[in-house]
Amino acid sequence: MHGRPRRPAKPVDEEAASAKAAKLRDLQVQVLQNHHSRTYTKEAIGLSFKLLEINPEAYTAWNYRKLAFQHNVKELSDPEAIRSVVDDELRVVEVALRQNPKSYGAWYHRKWLLNQKLTPVDSKREFGLLDKLLKVDARNFHGWNYRRFLARFMGVPDEEELKYTMDKIGDNFSNYSAWHNRSILLSNLLIQQSKGFESKQKIFSEEFELVTQALFTDPSDQSGWFYHLWLLAQISTPDKPQLIASWPCNGAKLSSSFIKEKVDQNTLSSIWCHSLKERTVPIVLYFNEPVKGLNQSSVKLKSYLEFGKDIHWRALSMTDSGYSNCWTTYLQIANECSTSQQYSVEVSIPCSEDIVSRSGSNYDSPVHFTFTIELISDSQDIDLFDKPVAWNCSESLQSYGNCEPIPFDLLKITSALIEEESNWHFERLSEQIDLFRELPDDNSKFVKLTLARLLLACAAMKSCGRSLIERKRYCDEALGHLSDLIHLDPSHKQYYEDERSSVLMDKLTCDMETFMKHCSVQVQPNSVPLNHVQLHGLSLTCVGFAERLMWVQVLDLSHNSVRSVEGLEALQQLVSLNISNNQISSFTALEPLTKIMFLKVLDLSFNEIGAHPIDTTRYICSSPFSHKIEACEAFEQCQKKNINVEEYWDAILFFKSLKLKQLDIEGNAIASKENFRTLVMELIPSLKWFNGECVN
Amino acid sequence: MAEAAAHDYPTIEPTSFDVVICGTGLPESVLAAACGAAGKTVLHVDPNPSYGSLYSSVPLPSLPSFLSPEPSRVPLPPSGGDDSHTVVDLHRRNIFSEVEISGAAPEPSARIAVDLVGPRVLYCRDEAVDLLLRSGGSHHVEFKSVEGGSSLLYWEGRLYPVPDSRQAIFKNDATLNLTEKNFLFNLFKLVRAHIAAADEDGEGEASDKISEEDLDLPFVEYLEKHQLSPKMIAGVLYAIAMADYDQDTDCSEKLLTAREGIQTIALYSSSIGRFANAQGAFMYPMYGHGELPQAFCRCAAVKGALYVLRMPVSALLMDEERKNCLGARLASGQDILCQQLILDPSYKVPILDASSDGSDSNLLRKVARGICIISKSVKQDSAILLIVFPPKSLEEQQIAAIRVLQLSSNLAVCPPGMFIVYLSTPCADTSTGKQCIKKAIDALFAPQASDPLEGHLEETSENNEDLKPTVIWSCVYVQEITEGTSSSLLSCPTPDEHLDYRSILDSSKKVLHCILHFL
Repeated sequence: MHGRPRRPAKPVDEEAASAKAAKLRDLQVQVLQNHHSRTYTKEAIGLSFKLLEINPEAYTAWNYRKLAFQHNVKELSDPEAIRSVVDDELRVVEVALRQNPKSYGAWYHRKWLLNQKLTPVDSKREFGLLDKLLKVDARNFHGWNYRRFLARFMGVPDEEELKYTMDKIGDNFSNYSAWHNRSILLSNLLIQQSKGFESKQKIFSEEFELVTQALFTDPSDQSGWFYHLWLLAQISTPDKPQLIASWPCNGAKLSSSFIKEKVDQNTLSSIWCHSLKERTVPIVLYFNEPVKGLNQSSVKLKSYLEFGKDIHWRALSMTDSGYSNCWTTYLQIANECSTSQQYSVEVSIPCSEDIVSRSGSNYDSPVHFTFTIELISDSQDIDLFDKPVAWNCSESLQSYGNCEPIPFDLLKITSALIEEESNWHFERLSEQIDLFRELPDDNSKFVKLTLARLLLACAAMKSCGRSLIERKRYCDEALGHLSDLIHLDPSHKQYYEDERSSVLMDKLTCDMETFMKHCSVQVQPNSVPLNHVQLHGLSLTCVGFAERLMWVQVLDLSHNSVRSVEGLEALQQLVSLNISNNQISSFTALEPLTKIMFLKVLDLSFNEIGAHPIDTTRYICSSPFSHKIEACEAFEQCQKKNINVEEYWDAILFFKSLKLKQLDIEGNAIASKENFRTLVMELIPSLKWFNGECVN
Repeated sequence: MAEAAAHDYPTIEPTSFDVVICGTGLPESVLAAACGAAGKTVLHVDPNPSYGSLYSSVPLPSLPSFLSPEPSRVPLPPSGGDDSHTVVDLHRRNIFSEVEISGAAPEPSARIAVDLVGPRVLYCRDEAVDLLLRSGGSHHVEFKSVEGGSSLLYWEGRLYPVPDSRQAIFKNDATLNLTEKNFLFNLFKLVRAHIAAADEDGEGEASDKISEEDLDLPFVEYLEKHQLSPKMIAGVLYAIAMADYDQDTDCSEKLLTAREGIQTIALYSSSIGRFANAQGAFMYPMYGHGELPQAFCRCAAVKGALYVLRMPVSALLMDEERKNCLGARLASGQDILCQQLILDPSYKVPILDASSDGSDSNLLRKVARGICIISKSVKQDSAILLIVFPPKSLEEQQIAAIRVLQLSSNLAVCPPGMFIVYLSTPCADTSTGKQCIKKAIDALFAPQASDPLEGHLEETSENNEDLKPTVIWSCVYVQEITEGTSSSLLSCPTPDEHLDYRSILDSSKKVLHCILHFL
């Protein structure tokens, strides 16, 4: 059934195929005609059967049959007659499935028919059909899907279905569907706390044991590894969503202005917050997994300051259907307030039914933090952009004074896993690591990848104090495996590189001592000191652990291999960003930057924008450009200037949403194209410096 | 022409054939079918009233007379006939010895069919199976699968399953640890890749081929390199690669080379899944192995071969120099001329015996066989199963593996509620061979109840699952092995010590080449 090579059609086959096609066309026309004229006679229905017998994918014919069925069954009152009509329909589906066991339309028709609940369902017949089908192809996911439907429909207990998956795995463990169904059933049973499924630890230990048998028998079979990955996720992530970082962090002092005198002191008592000048306070919340449901009632604010009635929380990193790790809101200070006074803002997230993770778990680790705001109506307006910002590496590393940057503990939250439980998790992980180190198949990419993932899961559990040294050790070993994988499995090179980047960033930022080597407070002449992080020349391909960088105001990522800036949207304080000399290949890849409200300086020079005719990031980016109305305006505006909108649509959308003061984009293929400069000038009226020249 | 004395023998017309074959054992029957298919005229006779000769399945009551036949009757006086031939009398010999039967045959004993070739099975991917399919013999015989993955290894007093497929390796939790699981499946994969690479039309890659150098190494050395447990090595060597002799010795002659081991493993693993309704690698013919020669005889008959049962050959007709065989004189006294005469191994071949060319070692080969009837399966819930006792697993003197096959009533070889168990081991001398078979019987079964009344007592304790099955009836004997000979007078091989028909077919193929060469 699987893994058979396709053979080219012989001329004889082609002849037969064209004859079949002619017959099909003829049938199709007749069925459609009957459909339009609502002819539901026996002959007409028989015709649709003939069509479906040859081509079960003709979904209009299925729909026609549904209508005909409803029409005809209405007139029947005798239960026997109804039964025979239903039986006929079921048989049609069976015939269609014989032609193509993977026909969506046919399976759906059967489900629809059962859902009509006109006759009692003959469970023997249904399960018999499934058994036959799964015997022919145990991996037919339609069959598994229907089985789940049927089990729910008939009220078959999950325990029995779980046994069935075991039978199928026993027949042939190379069965994605059976493993998958197992994961679903186990999740259900564990949530319901069914008998024998009270202890997660016991169940998962057994499952690890089972899947390891399969993995060791044939490490080259993928299906077991998938199940292992699911198990790993079950024991390495907390069940409930947690808040892991926030900006401002607890105890932070935000100031709208910078008080020079205090720089000489050892700590930065207040953080200059650009937005405060506009009486706006940003709050960013970062969760360990994508959640949704943040609103005025699920996140409570308490302050003397008034923020207006509508506090709107917005997801920063958009994943599917509104779930996001990172949420932000911009509070507008509505009331009059004294300039010399500090106002505290208390943020608390109680246990909440509103905030839910994708798996449906509620938020139940209450958090509370406070920060203060100081509004100084500053007479001397600092203009940051008198001169172009220079990215001189050697200079910028020098800290101004002796200041430590922003308090490191972003938010004091201990892992929600209960201590002893987390010990159990850690033991399971270590056990698995030891096992796979023993697996002699050294060149299996699955072994290496799983080892890397296990090591990283262990690393993530070592989050404080002395265990950070262990964390780094785990990271180092994982890095070794990922580097091997890049050579071993070149077709997935980019994935491994991204993983490696993320681990590298973890290693660099997980403890104060290492991180400090990359942090400084940068003072441009005639400017406020800005928190600066420098991560250049590290071969990073993407940004990881953005929650640890949320306080960063100046970020230098130059001379890496960055392809995507996803994650940077969490850095709402970012004022200037240097991603020169990287591998950014399109403006779509930069889309996350459009969500950073106060980004003023952007260095994109020497990337690959415009060098690739096909923009692959459009398909990879989780949230491609989507502002429709604004887009139209921008397009019109550009068209007036004779700019080719079709060619520059992504550039237009990108620049339209930025309020930059300084932009460097030389060394990209697109920068030398005609009209590009006009486009930039047109779309960013605030721009002062373009490629090092003053333009305003 | 017809002799008055042989009133119960039919007269055969015509009197001249391309090939005359005497004996309807498997090799003879295959040759008859092959010659028939090649368009030769064939006369196929057998002294016995039924088909199969040394390869037949006989009803239990007639087994003793089969194993120790009365001395063959003096051949009829040669008829005057033609003087152009030299007549050489033929004598038959008994290849069975040391027959020892104990216990009363359970009733209905006539419904128990006993194989003379047991224990024996066919690989699903066996040449014998291909032969059946190609010749059309498969229409006349039906097979049942030996339960997959349940070959058992006797090790330190216990029976362990030997996993033989990917699924069996996955499910096994008694014999293998994780690393061994990994190794074993890798071995199967390696073999598959090697075979695919060796097959020139295949899609295999040349780099997957195992080097010639490695192929000539003893297989056991290859296994020992991987730090496997001795139990695991024994399992691979004796239950999967089917080594017969102790691989732990320095006697390199009997060591299985990697090439041989790999060939058998390839055959084994390609057998699994060949037929949708066969779970394992092996299958067994319904009604016993005697069905196989019959199937080929039918193929031959369809092609025009003439069959006469109860017709011994009493003498050879040779040319004057006693070099070439010109025909055979039948027990009826009728002389049949032929270009080739093929005899079954129960005939002494006078000329060949005289000019034996270094085949003395062949004459020494023997196999000790055992047949037991029990009322309970060795392993619960299993009907048909294979067991192997690796060399030295029972005693120091055990030089070769003992193979055991249990059959149940669903093969129609015995009434329900009974199981037939076959044992065999190659041996150099009769007494140690028999000794080994008896030891194996003792290891597997409880001794038979001396008093038939004790049967009652036994039933009460039968709830105990650990209780070994009791032997109701048993028979132990030793059989000589001779290989086929190929000269002007051809003789077919006796059943050998192996579990399958591969070497028997190989030697039959040689005989066939001779026939077709001479004709």
